[in-house]
Amino acid sequence: MLDDFMVRAALAGVGVAVAAAPLGCFVVWRRMAYFGDATAHAAILGVALSLAFSMSVFVGTIVVALLMALVVSVLSGRGYAMDTLLGVLAHSALAVGLVAVSFISGVRIDLMAYLFGDILAVSRGDLSVIWGGAVLVVVLIGWRWSALLTSTLSEDLAYASGIKPKREQLVLTIALAITVAVAIKVVGVLLIAAMLIIPAAAARPLSRTPEGMAIAAGLIGILSAIIGLRAAYVLDTPAGPSIVCVAAITFVATSILKGLGRQR
Amino acid sequence: MSLVQVEDLSVRYGARTVLSRVSLQVQPSEIITIVGPNGSGKTSLLRAIIGAVKPSQGRIVWGSGVKIGYVPQKLHIDETLPITVSRFLKLPGGIAVADIDYALAQAGVPELTKAQLSQLSGGQFQRVLLARALIGKPDFLLLDEATQGLDQRGSASFYQQIETVRQTTGCAVLMISHELHVVMSASDRVICLNGHVCCEGTPAVVASAPEYRALFGTGTGGALALYRHEHDHGHDHSDHADHCHDHTETAE
Repeated sequence: MLDDFMVRAALAGVGVAVAAAPLGCFVVWRRMAYFGDATAHAAILGVALSLAFSMSVFVGTIVVALLMALVVSVLSGRGYAMDTLLGVLAHSALAVGLVAVSFISGVRIDLMAYLFGDILAVSRGDLSVIWGGAVLVVVLIGWRWSALLTSTLSEDLAYASGIKPKREQLVLTIALAITVAVAIKVVGVLLIAAMLIIPAAAARPLSRTPEGMAIAAGLIGILSAIIGLRAAYVLDTPAGPSIVCVAAITFVATSILKGLGRQR
Repeated sequence: MSLVQVEDLSVRYGARTVLSRVSLQVQPSEIITIVGPNGSGKTSLLRAIIGAVKPSQGRIVWGSGVKIGYVPQKLHIDETLPITVSRFLKLPGGIAVADIDYALAQAGVPELTKAQLSQLSGGQFQRVLLARALIGKPDFLLLDEATQGLDQRGSASFYQQIETVRQTTGCAVLMISHELHVVMSASDRVICLNGHVCCEGTPAVVASAPEYRALFGTGTGGALALYRHEHDHGHDHSDHADHCHDHTETAE
């Protein structure tokens, strides 16, 4: 079954959707959308470094994504607005990454594959990395769920309950780095943030509880991956962007549903 | 034995010292109010006690097994986060449905179990925060300007509720308020803070202290006298009951 590239692609897409759903909810709730984007953009630098030192791309992107998150948290609150800081770091990292890639001689790499993903070329090895990472992210977030939720609602409330918000923030950062590394192959660095935010945003009108929203986001992400891949196959469109398009259509649909519900 | 003992506490943000050498003790079931002008370090003191701010000097010594409940200043719930009141109250874990109903009743809003947190009015929200603080059966309740954004009736009935909670559970209360006359009337002890402890004592003692008058003028002394007058005549109870009634009606 795994011999079919479409089956492997679908499994890869589903894996990313599963990891992105609970994390994406926190990204939306905590207004970290731009932070997710920045981490993803920085990953291209990770790709360059991995190729230069012949490491696995997965390791390189995780390391750079974590470094990025660390730099952001060290520099934040030092005179720059967060969006300015993230804008500077994200685009610098992307630019430095692109320049660094051009220095690597002898290795012919398809840059487009890292920018937009290459889900149809997912190998069995990639699949195990993607699913390993996805399970790790889900377990990590599931384990810290209550503490994460409390810190998201109010840091002071968290402190009063004996929770350390800084540590929970670190958990999210690590989960984000893993997700970025895992999703690079599937949707590419430019569309990772879309996989995080759009299913979660589409799930919002359907949910009454945080858990409900995470599950709904997961289902929407999975459906988007499967339908998007099918559409890409039939219409001969690029796979990653097609998945994101389906998620975006779902977002529009649930938003309209919500609007209709309000009028009644 | 005191619930918590703040010893010689200083808090510094960068080069700016917001609290210097503050000491205080909280005894079981007493109500202490902290008053002080803006920027006098009231919130920093509370946040240092709950562990959200690291003191630059001094320490906080807890009695053994003291459970705290904390009601923050108005808290913003992002519209993107769907959460019902009962889910919010269940967050600390191991909370039974009966506990939720009881805490909401204690806070005066038993009907809100299924409501979305982001849809509550200001008064309802503060009461839900109070319920959340009460749900762990605390020995010590901390409130940081918990009535911010409420009108006078709303805040009067809120403080009435705090008083009732203290009477039924015997928990100690440490609160910050800018509504001097309302709060001072309900307190056993008032601490006037302005970077350091200016003066402290019973409401009457503090209100007549020269340090307090230097900060707040003599006008509030008048307000306290007014309160005494009400109290003597027993107006405030029937009055407050009225307020409670009004409040729940408008809340529904």
